[in-house]
Amino acid sequence: MSMRGFLRSDGRKGIRNTVVVAYLVECAHHVAREIALPFRDRDVHVIGFPGCYPNSYAETMMERLCTHPNVGAVLLVSLGCESFNKYRLEQTVRASGRAAKTIVIQATGGTRKSIAEGRAFVGAERAALDAMPTVPMAAGELVVGTVCGGSDGTSGITGNPAAGRAFDFLVTAGAACIFEETGELIGCEHIMAARAVTPALGRELEASVAKAARYYATLGYGSFAAGNAEGGLTTIEEKSMGAYAKSGASPISGLIKPGDIPPRGGLYLLDVVPDGDVRWGFPNINDNAEIAELIACGSHVILFVTGRGSVVGSAISPVVKICANPETYRRMEDDMDVDAGRILTGDGGLDEVGAEIRDLVLALGEGNRTKSEELGHQEFILTYKSFEPIGPACLPAA
Amino acid sequence: MPVTSLRAKPGGDEGNDPRLLLLDQRDNVLVAISRIRAGETIAIAGTSVTLTADLPIGHKLARQAVSVGEKIVKYGAPIGTATAPIAIGEPVHVHNLRSDYTPTYHLEDVRKVQEARP
Repeated sequence: MSMRGFLRSDGRKGIRNTVVVAYLVECAHHVAREIALPFRDRDVHVIGFPGCYPNSYAETMMERLCTHPNVGAVLLVSLGCESFNKYRLEQTVRASGRAAKTIVIQATGGTRKSIAEGRAFVGAERAALDAMPTVPMAAGELVVGTVCGGSDGTSGITGNPAAGRAFDFLVTAGAACIFEETGELIGCEHIMAARAVTPALGRELEASVAKAARYYATLGYGSFAAGNAEGGLTTIEEKSMGAYAKSGASPISGLIKPGDIPPRGGLYLLDVVPDGDVRWGFPNINDNAEIAELIACGSHVILFVTGRGSVVGSAISPVVKICANPETYRRMEDDMDVDAGRILTGDGGLDEVGAEIRDLVLALGEGNRTKSEELGHQEFILTYKSFEPIGPACLPAA
Repeated sequence: MPVTSLRAKPGGDEGNDPRLLLLDQRDNVLVAISRIRAGETIAIAGTSVTLTADLPIGHKLARQAVSVGEKIVKYGAPIGTATAPIAIGEPVHVHNLRSDYTPTYHLEDVRKVQEARP
């Protein structure tokens, strides 16, 4: 077997051919969900933005998600009076070579008529996409993101370093790999900066962590608690290294923000903490907010390391769940793709588990599906945030 | 370093007790992946060491002798500086390791103060 992809007009390839039904305000959410309901086992996913007021971050996120390589066609569902620029989004999707349609509930005549019209579009596009030919796809064409959630003491010694090994294998194969959550990197920014491909990028990496440290301090959250020492952690550098281990050992090629697509293979840090004053609360209110941002950066696959046991998947891109704790794995095996906790029981090494994760990622391009996909998980969330564009030092020329 | 050359599995190839994890070849500490009891004699890099205290899961011990002022390396990265001489097999924690970390935003503040000076 080898990977096959769906070729898009921008040259990127998808490992899925999903129809996205996107609501443009919460008031259109129910209609969007009802449109997708009969297609629940046929790669039709609901995403959306709940806010009524315009926000450039949300519009960029929706644009990148609707033109993601895993997406084949898009139905936009608008109530009619919200501020989202639906015509621009529809034009952008059309210009990308994808089928697109906008249903305005107020103009269509309400819930029932909008659902019927939406289902007709989704049914026709689903059939057309099912007949679409695939092309060969190489590992070097993949973008892979990583996140951790529901962490415990095992995450930093099994799941995260194993995910880091998988990243090393994938970067060596030419893939673009993205790690994130600068708030969990406080204490290792100097160590991280030393891995940057240029000193100027190193300073940008440090500045992104400094921004996160200030942001969390303003919110009233510190980084190193006395309880950490009971678990064997001695310094803040060591604690952050546990999360940072997901990044592996490759040089860091760039710093990106939500919606920025890595220009080539290599390892990238995604800065998820908003710029400017602390405004809309937590940078990311839950794990799926981080996953949505990694997908908006083009991630075909998300590696999710969990110790306590998260069950989430995502709309648009498959989520590979790497369980760091062997007891959690035994209890929740139906939700877990990888048993990284076996490193603790002496049944496997980091390299071996890392290679298994890499092979699982590649198999997703050969038609395999993750546990969360099989279970129908399609979590999605998008809220208000604000970012300034990245500076010129963030993406040094190759 | 090619990843395929790493041997980061319990015990490794160097004669470590299988309950000790080497996270990176550059490390000078090993991490317990299950509790090791006081009084047990264990192998570290082929040397026999008898533990004087319990080593709980997630705690570290020295893979080699470390001098005062030397960096402690875990995950292939320095996580602080030794504040006392550490023998092979000795636990490494708050009693003999301190952080080197200075928050970057503190450095920024210092720089701003310096720049503001006439």
